[in-house]
Amino acid sequence: MSCRLTRVARATAIAVYLLVTSDGAAGQTTKIAVGAKPFTESAVLAEVMAQTIEAYTDIVVERRLNLAGTHVCLAALRGGEIDLYAEYTGTGLRDILGDKSERISPGLAFATVAKEFARRFDLEWLAPFGFDNTYVLLMRPQHAAELAVTKVSDLSEHPLRFGVSHEFLSRPDGLPGLRKVYTFQESHTVGMAHDLAYQGLVEGSIDVTDGYSTDAKILRYGLATLADDRHFFPPYEAAPLARRDLAERVPEAYEALRLLAGRIDAAAMRDMNFQVEQKRRAPAAVAADFLGSLGIVADRKVHSERETGVFRLLYQRRWKTLDLASRHLMLAGGAVLAACLIGIPLGIAVSRRPALAKIVLGFASVLQTIPSIALLAFMLPLFGIGVAPALVALFLYGLLPIMRNTVTGLHSIEDRLLDVGRGLGMTDSQILQQVELPLAAPVLMAGVRTATVITVGTATLAAFIGAGGLGDPIVTGLATTDYALVLCGALPAAALAIALDWILGQVERWVTPSGLRE
Amino acid sequence: MIALESVSKTYPGGHQALSDVSLEINDGETLALLGTSGCGKTTTLRLINRLIEASAGRISIGGRDIETLDPIELRRNIGYVVQEAGLFPHMTARLNVETVPRLLGWSPQRRSERSRELFALVGLDFTTLADRYPNQLSGGQRQRVGLARALAADPPVVLMDEPYGALDPITRRQLQTHFLDLKARLKKTMVLVTHDVEEALRLADTVAILVDGHVAEIGTPKGLRATESSLVNTFLRGGDA
Ligand SMILES: Nc1ncnc2c1ncn2[C@@H]1O[C@H](COP(=O)(O)OP(=O)(O)OP(=O)(O)O)[C@@H](O)[C@H]1O
Ligand SMILES: [Mg+2]
Repeated sequence: MSCRLTRVARATAIAVYLLVTSDGAAGQTTKIAVGAKPFTESAVLAEVMAQTIEAYTDIVVERRLNLAGTHVCLAALRGGEIDLYAEYTGTGLRDILGDKSERISPGLAFATVAKEFARRFDLEWLAPFGFDNTYVLLMRPQHAAELAVTKVSDLSEHPLRFGVSHEFLSRPDGLPGLRKVYTFQESHTVGMAHDLAYQGLVEGSIDVTDGYSTDAKILRYGLATLADDRHFFPPYEAAPLARRDLAERVPEAYEALRLLAGRIDAAAMRDMNFQVEQKRRAPAAVAADFLGSLGIVADRKVHSERETGVFRLLYQRRWKTLDLASRHLMLAGGAVLAACLIGIPLGIAVSRRPALAKIVLGFASVLQTIPSIALLAFMLPLFGIGVAPALVALFLYGLLPIMRNTVTGLHSIEDRLLDVGRGLGMTDSQILQQVELPLAAPVLMAGVRTATVITVGTATLAAFIGAGGLGDPIVTGLATTDYALVLCGALPAAALAIALDWILGQVERWVTPSGLRE
Repeated sequence: MIALESVSKTYPGGHQALSDVSLEINDGETLALLGTSGCGKTTTLRLINRLIEASAGRISIGGRDIETLDPIELRRNIGYVVQEAGLFPHMTARLNVETVPRLLGWSPQRRSERSRELFALVGLDFTTLADRYPNQLSGGQRQRVGLARALAADPPVVLMDEPYGALDPITRRQLQTHFLDLKARLKKTMVLVTHDVEEALRLADTVAILVDGHVAEIGTPKGLRATESSLVNTFLRGGDA
């Protein structure tokens, strides 16, 4: 009896609790989205910020870790699709504000972006994390020790072989500017790919190269970094960049983020990058360890190490993949459908006017030559981030093959047949419906097929602008060098393209009039 | 009666294809337009069903100026046969034959009855050939289907542009005989374009010889043979000019 009572009481208590909490959750719809650019450090910092917020608040933090780059992140932030992401003061100053001033101190750089971003974009720079990811010069540690070199100005005494990245060789804030501030005795200087330069340095074929101060490879090869004692390199301090309403909307999250100010130094950041890139650990796990070591986050269970087997991962993600694939299909399908609805009538219209056809097809060809990622980027100022710009970009890609094949299909019809149609008393629309379209159908359908395959492929890039789909694991995997994850997107995407190609091939055969088959 | 009165045609490029052509074709009679390539035969034919418009002059059918008629309506009342038949490759023989009845909105039953009649008329076996596509027919069979298509709605006028031009001599001969038979039975008013003088003299009631866009000579086959026309002789000697 008493046992039953307790059970009833407990059930009631649970029910009441659920009611109250669900009510509460519905009442406070605070949700935060953290963005990141597609490279390791950006993803790790996003995780660090997200987990800090989650540790101190009940807020659910959404991760959007694969936004294509600076301008996509900025657009997403201003559009409210994300609330914050980690940005560098130098990037803000040069790439966004277009400031060209040289030899600017870290403090001034931060003050400038803080003031200008607030004024122009209504965005707030929070206190920097504590490291400056700028250029550094690198040497073999024994070599540096032998020559007693610890800072860049020490190099003036020694003839050395420089092998630097092509970018560093030509940028005004790279070697050309550096030479004006320091003296070097370059016995010879070559530009080379970054990875090769590291290799060359380790093997001793060059003596000095450039790198970024938090690059995991510095740790991997155990290189010595030389201090920029005359403060030539522009400051690239990393800091959370957030919407200005964050402090007011979710003060507890804002407060939590302040705990990170000045807590991550270059060595710590480099180590985290190393953990992800070389030890193949998930950014979330690396961030959790780091926050644990700082005491910011006590002993949190983070969905930890990576699964290594592609097939196991594929199997584990099967429902998720199905979900992504259907979204992918929706994106590609929607774009192709729109391209058909516009491209076929447009193709028919211009096919009657050869001069116009040339112009329209020429224009569509130019669109086709724009690299997909650039085309996607062009869409951002117009449509923000998410599904809309992706649909528009994919639609533009699908347009050319459909329009071109419509025109080709119509032009390939013998004039005599059109003449006979007219001679028998068909109206223009009867000729179109009864003669031209049936005869052009196979070529037209081939265009739809090409457009579909192109669009399914290109749609993987749509993940860069936050449209989701099978590109999501690809972009996230690339950003965190998790190739198993990349394959979890790439394999289904390829399978989808092949399957659709086959299906549309059958449709193509089916629409080919019997009289035209062999 | 079809009448062309001082008809000229200058193409947009400025090329004058016909100058001051006058012709009359009595009801139930056949006119052959004979001449070398580029002399304006096809142009003349296409003016009659308004596939192109005359630059000057007047064309009338049954006394009515064709300019006053709806071109679609006009063409549905004029049969049109072209070289190599011009069958629609995506339609079966029977669907090709039923083109104009379909445009005119005939019931399927009426169309199918008419197809059977027409197949018999042009000497084709309906059961074996009706459902074949043009690429499954011989050249002669295709030409017969083309003729059946032109005759489908029983138009009073039929225009034929080198209907037998692409056929071998034996098949051509057969189809010419067939033509004479049909002509006697159907009493259509016909214009036949050809560059084969034998064909023109054999099939037509009147033969007009076109040279450089004007009528150089005109007469009955008998008359032309009798006058020992130098032009006719040139054609006869040169064979297929
Ligand atoms: N659409 C056009 N535009 C310009 N010139 C044309 C056009 N059609 C025909 N011509 C020209 O008009 C002249 C007569 O052409 P037409 O087709 O009537 O000749 P044809 O007597 O039927 O010749 P063929 O026996 O070769 O069929 C030719 O010189 C031709 O080049
Ligand atoms: Mg001709």
